[in-house]
Amino acid sequence: MFEISPTEWTAILLSLRVAIVATLVATPLGIALAWLLARRDFWGKSMLDAFVHLPLVLPPVVTGYLLLLALGRRGFLGAWLADHLGIVFAFRWTGAALACGVMSFPLLVRPIRLSIEAVDRRLEQAAGTLGAAPWQVFLTVTLPLALPGVLAGMVLGFAKAIGEFGATITFVSNIPGQTQTISSAIYSLIQTPDGDLAAMRLVIISTVIAMGALVASEWFARRATRRLHGN
Amino acid sequence: MLRVDVTKHLGEFTLSAAFTSEGRVTGLFGASGAGKTSLINMIAGLLKLDRGIISLDGETLDDTEARVHVPPHRRRIGYVFQDARLFPHLDVRQNLDYGRRMNRLGDDPAQRSRVTDLLDIGHLMDRRPGKLSGGERQRVALGRALLSKPRLLLLDEPLGSLDEGRKVEILPYLIRLRDEGIPMVYVSHDAAELRQLATQIVMLRRGEVTAFGGVKVLTGSAN
Repeated sequence: MFEISPTEWTAILLSLRVAIVATLVATPLGIALAWLLARRDFWGKSMLDAFVHLPLVLPPVVTGYLLLLALGRRGFLGAWLADHLGIVFAFRWTGAALACGVMSFPLLVRPIRLSIEAVDRRLEQAAGTLGAAPWQVFLTVTLPLALPGVLAGMVLGFAKAIGEFGATITFVSNIPGQTQTISSAIYSLIQTPDGDLAAMRLVIISTVIAMGALVASEWFARRATRRLHGN
Repeated sequence: MLRVDVTKHLGEFTLSAAFTSEGRVTGLFGASGAGKTSLINMIAGLLKLDRGIISLDGETLDDTEARVHVPPHRRRIGYVFQDARLFPHLDVRQNLDYGRRMNRLGDDPAQRSRVTDLLDIGHLMDRRPGKLSGGERQRVALGRALLSKPRLLLLDEPLGSLDEGRKVEILPYLIRLRDEGIPMVYVSHDAAELRQLATQIVMLRRGEVTAFGGVKVLTGSAN
């Protein structure tokens, strides 16, 4: 049962790579956006908030199709990026990472935003009176105190990214070795005669990865909380 | 020299205060709700004025006519809050060192040991704020503000959250601090406390200065 074939290995490693890259690139953006939503008032804030949550409520196939329209080879952004910067997303693993990043973004931002909102602003004021400029206050007070939320957001985002299916397959298709993640490999296998066993193997592996991520996040969060409050 | 001439509307209440203080310790005295905390928050730059001027040693910190507002982190004014506000994720040593790091001041071991001796906090260095008593927390907050080398120190009822025993514990440190010569603005509703500490009194009542002068002005008050 547990002979993992090279194709399956490729899909597993690709999934991990896609989800890790998506999470690492989305995290700094997510922190910046979470801070903006938690701490600033500006015109169009509720529109921005709604826009960020859009991938959560849109059918994934719609998000994937919109990405294809915008960033496909003939898309208005895709063509420009390919011509000027040589960046191509369509039918590449980078496209899968982008689709996963977009789909997981709302889940990543939410816990970070909540944890930034929970940071006592009076501590930030105190830091200001001690000579810390706003960016220093953010780096030395706000961010460290919001760290458990940042880790929670990263794990949630990662878990969503590794399981993402609809937007990814719509945007970058299901090419073994290129864009075939665990999810799309399972999808292909259950449509193939005799694919059940291989599909079951991948199901078990994806369950193990998801459980591992949850346990790791629990551990990180507990450690971070202990570090922040008391010895 | 601290010059304050400000107006601020806070809900249905208007704070309108003007005074110039040359004293080493200016006591802001008044009942709760008189506008004391709002006034020192304005001096610290944490609260913007509606109208007026604040200047310190000839440097304008706020001038609404000229649209000047120096942000808190560029004022070099230390602030000891009633609730200490130590950073919970840093130990006492890191809390004390925070202002120096943010202002990119050079390490000054002599100053540090002078302040830690003055406040008797040397033995607390490796503890987290969560493991300190109320009095210890307030002493560390005092040390943290001092070590950022402010030109003026604001204290907002620093004894307010402490019981009588703890007050007696902290007061001598504050008197030592005054005798070190650092200018202070000290907020309190306790006349006895101010009699021991202040050299000049600004009496506030419902947002207005009702008396200004030496500690003698406290004599007529309720306490």
